[in-house]
Amino acid sequence: MHRPATESWSTQIGVILAVTGSAVGLGNFLRFPGLAAKYDGGVFLIPYFVALLLLGLPLAWAEWSMGRYGGTRGYHSSPGIFRLIWKNRAAPYLGVLGLVVPVVIYMYYVFVESWCLGYAWYYLTGAMDLGRDPVAYQNFFAAYTGSEKDASIFFSFLGTPLVFLVICIALNFFLINRGLTRGIELFCLWAMPALALCAVLVLIRVLTLGTPDPSRPELNVLNGLGQMWNLDAAGKSLWAQLANGKMWMEAAGQIFFSLSVGFGVIITYASYMRRDDDIALSSTTAVAGNEFFEVSLGGMITIPAAFIFLGAAGAVGGTFALGFNTLPLVFEHMPLGRWVGFLWFFLLFLAAITSSLSMLQPAIAFLQEGLGLTRTRAVAVLCGVGTAGTLLVVWFSKNLTAMDTLDFWVGTFCIYLLACVQTFLFGWVFGPQRGLEELDRGADLRLPRIFTFVIRYVSPVYLLVVFVAWAVQDMGNRIAAFTADPAVRWSMFFLVAVLALFLWWIRLAVKRWHAEEAAS
Amino acid sequence: MTLSGWIIMLLAVGGTTGFFFWCIHRVLRSPGQTDKLHGVLDTELEIEDEERKRRREGRGS
Repeated sequence: MHRPATESWSTQIGVILAVTGSAVGLGNFLRFPGLAAKYDGGVFLIPYFVALLLLGLPLAWAEWSMGRYGGTRGYHSSPGIFRLIWKNRAAPYLGVLGLVVPVVIYMYYVFVESWCLGYAWYYLTGAMDLGRDPVAYQNFFAAYTGSEKDASIFFSFLGTPLVFLVICIALNFFLINRGLTRGIELFCLWAMPALALCAVLVLIRVLTLGTPDPSRPELNVLNGLGQMWNLDAAGKSLWAQLANGKMWMEAAGQIFFSLSVGFGVIITYASYMRRDDDIALSSTTAVAGNEFFEVSLGGMITIPAAFIFLGAAGAVGGTFALGFNTLPLVFEHMPLGRWVGFLWFFLLFLAAITSSLSMLQPAIAFLQEGLGLTRTRAVAVLCGVGTAGTLLVVWFSKNLTAMDTLDFWVGTFCIYLLACVQTFLFGWVFGPQRGLEELDRGADLRLPRIFTFVIRYVSPVYLLVVFVAWAVQDMGNRIAAFTADPAVRWSMFFLVAVLALFLWWIRLAVKRWHAEEAAS
Repeated sequence: MTLSGWIIMLLAVGGTTGFFFWCIHRVLRSPGQTDKLHGVLDTELEIEDEERKRRREGRGS
């Protein structure tokens, strides 16, 4: 079942930056601080780091190990790698999740990416001057994203949001068509340091704000940091705060989504490592890089900045509310706010594009190795499928319904499912001992031996508990929405169609692989 | 900002930053890493240079 090796990364630092770029996204700068503020700041970090050690790191190591194992035998996509690891007829079909998850997430993620680019452009040109009324920013966001009426984006701002969307789609497919090293790796080698630089500049601006309004001395940098990091919540002991099950669930979810484990991306990226490359150190560095961007940069910027100008009530909110409504209002109050606003949205754009690029590679790899397409043809096919999905998201834009539906069923449900499949394959089929040998080969870093126990017993239980708790909490509303809202139904039909298309392609690929093996 | 807030912040931010830079340091000082930095990108450029040189020499003769 060995096939000739094809592409590989050119540098270790390149693959680390590519994987870190895939993991670092809007969640690092918006979702993480939002959750920390919601759960009394510092307390949230306890379940967060527990989840990192018991779920995030073990799953990341497992994906890297299986990915490199498959890659050295000529397979770079989940269907091929799963089939190699598990000699079962169902194995390649389980790999469909490793293709559908990143492709469908790309469909709506590229839309969000275009908002970041659009907002960055507006700040750069000085057009983002809406005054100090919070409602103005909410209305602007609703009009810009089309969330006030279906398909309204086609007619708002003379179609400018669509121009930024087209630029983002074109840039993604241009870079992915250049290949692994000259496209993804080269771009990440440039984009990740630029992202870090933008974040550090914004951080310096926030930490040097002092007390901007002398009439309200309590709104200062130190209290802003306290809003994010203080352990104390009024009238509650630490143990009472830690007894909040929902916080543990959300912390695990944050680690899980932030590290991009269960996306199908890491397994593909790792498959391009050479046989004796150090995957233990590379994987650990990529995880550490993601945590640096999330905790050290995201944790120090968003909530303190919002608190300094808007107080405790302004320093809470979901990803989009914090990023696109609260922070632009903060930049309006801030000295040099226009330039900080530009840096902020440009860094979000860089974080988004390094992630969206990674979402395309698994399907490209599959179309090449499974259906024998050239890279250019694979890119063209994926561009067609991806753009169809993006158009659906843009069309059903009222309340961002299509995006929300795909994000729930694919960006959450299918990711949990894929992570469960990967944990099962690694822990019970591939074997943690064999996995550890794969991780140890060529490694400069010796991973803790307890990893074999954690990935076999602890991670699956942790994953299942979080999965079931999440499903119980959210599934009922989603099923009700299916019957009530036609936009939800269209989104689900589209999702099923994409799933069926990839399953059919996997069937063709399996036949092709059988024929190749019989011939050799 | 309370004392516990300071402790949590220093541990979390210091820990993740320190861990990341320690990893990066390990990557850069690992034996053979400088060889690996001379990778496909450079090799591709070298091949292109050699081809160009060969073409020039071919034209010259």
